[in-house]
Amino acid sequence: MRTAGWRRDWGRRLVVALPFLWLGLFFLVPLLIVGKISLSETRSGIPPYEPLFEIADGALVQVRASLANFALLFEDDLYVGAYFQSLTIAGLSTLACLLIGYPMALGIARARPERRSILLLLVILPFWTSFLIRVYAWMGILKDEGLLNALLLGLGLIDQPLIILNTDAAVYIGIVYSYLPFMVLPLYASLEKLDPFLLEAAADLGAPPWRAFLAVTLPLSAPGIVAGSMLVFVPAVGEYVIPDLLGGGDTLMMGKALWDVFAQNRDWPAAAALAVAMLAALALPMALFHHLQARLDGEERA
Amino acid sequence: MRRPVFLLSALSFGYAFLYAPIVLLVAWSFNESRVANVWGGFSVKWYGELLRNEQFLEAAWLSLQVAATSATAALALGTLSALALVRFGRFRGRWLFSGLIAAPLVMPEVILGLALLLLFVALEDLTGWPDGRGFVTITIAHTTVGLAYATVVVRSRLAQMDRSLEEAAMDLGARPVKVFLVVTLPVIAPALAAAWLLAFTLSLDDVVVASFVTGPGASTLPIEVFASVRLGVSPQVNALGTLIVVAVAAIIFTAWRLAGRRKP
Repeated sequence: MRTAGWRRDWGRRLVVALPFLWLGLFFLVPLLIVGKISLSETRSGIPPYEPLFEIADGALVQVRASLANFALLFEDDLYVGAYFQSLTIAGLSTLACLLIGYPMALGIARARPERRSILLLLVILPFWTSFLIRVYAWMGILKDEGLLNALLLGLGLIDQPLIILNTDAAVYIGIVYSYLPFMVLPLYASLEKLDPFLLEAAADLGAPPWRAFLAVTLPLSAPGIVAGSMLVFVPAVGEYVIPDLLGGGDTLMMGKALWDVFAQNRDWPAAAALAVAMLAALALPMALFHHLQARLDGEERA
Repeated sequence: MRRPVFLLSALSFGYAFLYAPIVLLVAWSFNESRVANVWGGFSVKWYGELLRNEQFLEAAWLSLQVAATSATAALALGTLSALALVRFGRFRGRWLFSGLIAAPLVMPEVILGLALLLLFVALEDLTGWPDGRGFVTITIAHTTVGLAYATVVVRSRLAQMDRSLEEAAMDLGARPVKVFLVVTLPVIAPALAAAWLLAFTLSLDDVVVASFVTGPGASTLPIEVFASVRLGVSPQVNALGTLIVVAVAAIIFTAWRLAGRRKP
């Protein structure tokens, strides 16, 4: 029996070790490198940054860490602006997703059981089709001579085309559109579990529907609200494609700023510093998400 | 009852919002005219141009190879990590492990892309590998993202699974590996298929991470599409989008019908 136990032990170790090593090498180490390079000085060359340590004869000769890249971020209004604008755009878009997504999720959860799966499928379906091409479709809808303007002009609601494409408004529409399914799915998951008898009990006790909603439905769906909001907010802060295609010159978002610094200025240390600043802003929501996952994890084990 | 009316209109608005761009895309793809909102008559000429576009075809072939390879690797690694998380109870490093698995789900793409690029540059500097960037580096990056998603899908199925079958097999003397192959795998097979498809789709759809970690001469389809879309309206992209929508809808509805039929 001892050999079997020994073999099982090694088998288990292998099962954990393979994904662990993969994520260590291709996820954790790269993030550490970003942290390291954010402290190095920029130079022109390949790679375009100075080495952080110089090692000669096996001894550390010099450590050249500097916070210059971070100082630059704080001095430059462009980056400070991008920082706050990203958080604002992502926050308001998350709120809009919640306002549109909550009634949708509730509607699906209250639908007849045989209809639920098709309704849910219809929410997921757009997510499986190309994100890039769906954002591109919005360019055709929102541009000056686009469909929305043609429609509004035709109805006589406006007498000259609205300028929406290449403004912040288009970015909001794009983000809400792209991330809505990520809000609806966790909301539905928590609303579906809700025991209808609780609502009946509230009604029997004389609570009007709005009160039953506020006292029963809303608090019990809180985990879904938190999970959905994280799944929208975090990627929206770092969004690059949507502000690039739909936004204008004055739409500054961190993801786009990072790409521009990296690709156009070839300033890798500054891009790395931006990445670190972005991670700092997202650390709290990401930790919250992990905490929720860990709780789910605990339920599984129990 | 006022509520159902409110919920019904919310649902209608939501679905209209989700589907309007897709419906318009399909309509535009058959428009003879280059200007989207002027109907120039029904035509399939953009499909013809799409199929003659060597750049798109080459990029599509690279994308399919990357997506198939990375989805397979992600599924294998994701199944292992799901097993570890659901079945192993507490083990040393579990906290770090589950954090590492969940983090790519919420990591902004620009950060992941930049981080992996810096890793590949540093590795090449130190070891000479990877020699240049392209298929291998994009596949590695997509495997990392796909692994996180595959784990979520496989894990939830494993957690729901009735363990009595596995226990019965163990009681009959089957080794853990055999139990896994003969009992567990067939039960979780639909989840494995879903996880593979999810990783495949994510890879096929990614433009940001791929743009960071690719090198000269290796463009995936989304990179090509993004470049042509940035220059303005491109009717070929409408045709491409329509083909993707049709393919995805066909696969998903088939899977849905199959899953629905199996249930009593």
